[in-house]
Amino acid sequence: MSDSAIAFDSGRVVVRSEPWLARIVIIGLTMLFLTVFVVLPLIIVFAQAFAHGVGAYLAALAEPEALSAIKLTLAVAAISVGLNLVFGLIAAWAIAKFEFPGKTLLITLIDLPFSVSPVISGLVFVLLFGAQGYFGAWLQNRNIQILFAVPGIALATTFVTFPFVSRALIPLMQEQGTLEEEAALSLGASGLQTFFRVTLPNIKWGVLYGVLLCNARAMGEFGAVSVVSGHIRGETNTMPLLVEILYNEYQFVAAFAVASLLALLALITLIAKTLLERHLDEGRQARDN
Amino acid sequence: MVRGSGVVTGGSGRRNTLPGFGLTMGLTLTWLSVIILIPLVGLFLKTFELSFAEFANIVTSRRTLNALKISFGLAFAAALVNLVMGSIVVWALVRYRFPGRRIFDAIVDIPFALPTAVAGIALTSLFAQKGWLGAPLAELGIKVAFTPLGIFIAMIFIGIPFVVRTVQPVLIDLDPEIEEAAASLGANRWQTIWRVILPSLIPALLTGFALAFARAVGEYGSVIFIAGNLPNVSEIAPLLIVIRLSEFRYADATAIAVVVLVAAFLIILVVNRLQHWAQTRIPVH
Repeated sequence: MSDSAIAFDSGRVVVRSEPWLARIVIIGLTMLFLTVFVVLPLIIVFAQAFAHGVGAYLAALAEPEALSAIKLTLAVAAISVGLNLVFGLIAAWAIAKFEFPGKTLLITLIDLPFSVSPVISGLVFVLLFGAQGYFGAWLQNRNIQILFAVPGIALATTFVTFPFVSRALIPLMQEQGTLEEEAALSLGASGLQTFFRVTLPNIKWGVLYGVLLCNARAMGEFGAVSVVSGHIRGETNTMPLLVEILYNEYQFVAAFAVASLLALLALITLIAKTLLERHLDEGRQARDN
Repeated sequence: MVRGSGVVTGGSGRRNTLPGFGLTMGLTLTWLSVIILIPLVGLFLKTFELSFAEFANIVTSRRTLNALKISFGLAFAAALVNLVMGSIVVWALVRYRFPGRRIFDAIVDIPFALPTAVAGIALTSLFAQKGWLGAPLAELGIKVAFTPLGIFIAMIFIGIPFVVRTVQPVLIDLDPEIEEAAASLGANRWQTIWRVILPSLIPALLTGFALAFARAVGEYGSVIFIAGNLPNVSEIAPLLIVIRLSEFRYADATAIAVVVLVAAFLIILVVNRLQHWAQTRIPVH
């Protein structure tokens, strides 16, 4: 936008710009800050992972412990993302398509996990399901294992990633309004048909956006999972937990090899997110016009 | 529960005839309660099992107090750095064209996307005494890794996106005419920025600051590797919660958690007020 303003209205350049020295300092500080705090940490992950060559890198990833961590991470992410996807769609329908008192409060409550420390997100499930927890004895009598097992890890991950999908969908569905759905209904479509044939196609990019961010966080969650996992080797260690264990055992290549997979996931997520945002923006502009 | 078909859509007075409000709202509230509300309420109930004296004893014990001081103090300082550096970064990204701008814009989100454990070990090896940045800093006599300075660095890292991403849309939407008006009325560039642009950015700046602060207070993964974790010196509150849990001192863990949680909620409450204030202010254009 400001590009074009500058291009054909030179009067504005003088008014809306800083002296060249100030510009250079601001751009220089920006590049320096982001390079030190973001670019270098990212590069060092891969540099350390390949410090002893590709062979050592691949060998580290082929370790049974690494493979079981990868499997567990994928499984937990599938469960959490699946649950949050269904919830997100349902909640977004109720919140975006209808007016009711207390809507702001409800949205605040859904966003709550974002302001809870990861460690506390794990702690609350220890207090519920731990040996001394509210349901601890009941679970023990029935031999149901939640803590230090997959259900606990999936629960904590679901807690932490709870807001992502609904947060992506609510504003999008609010903008789209209810006219198209009302038209479909008046033409005789059922509620579910309307949702799957009219609403869902309209919000598919938003759904993908929410799922993408939800998945990235689910696979990368550390603090909450660390508290409920019990760190049983080869059983309840997700990839981030394995990174910690390997690092603390000074197995740096192995630690950074597993970390590099997570960093790759972050990079892919970021690229896909940038592309999706562009897509969503274009959709928004098309609606505005 | 309100019947879905009877609800009025906002403003227009038209009746909303969409189905499924009762069902979806019921499911939303149930699932929200099971996953979020009941676990959080459980945390507070557990705290009420303590007498006030017991609670006060835990929270004011030397080690806990120091952990809280370290977490809140360093998080506040890191959020201040993010406020200043975030303003500079967002100005460059929105107002200037320079090589790599789009890439720098995209990587601002890396601290959101990168798993915290990965960020933790990366920052540690970067700032360790033999690390790429740690070595030159060590020659200057500055030790970063395994000191409170390391915690500070990790907290800056984790807070980078907040100020940038809250201010960016506001700065983009800022009406160029107000700057031109200020300039044509004789303000120099510095006065225009300080007196005209900055005031309209303040709500967004404060929101970004508060979000970065809240995030850093509760941060765990990216901090514990670089922190050194020495009790009373470089031990953050979330780590102390984990330590107390591993010692089966649930009351201690819970009491510290409640303090951290309530503080985070208060910060978020302030953020919401700020956004409300920003929305209800007379628009500048």
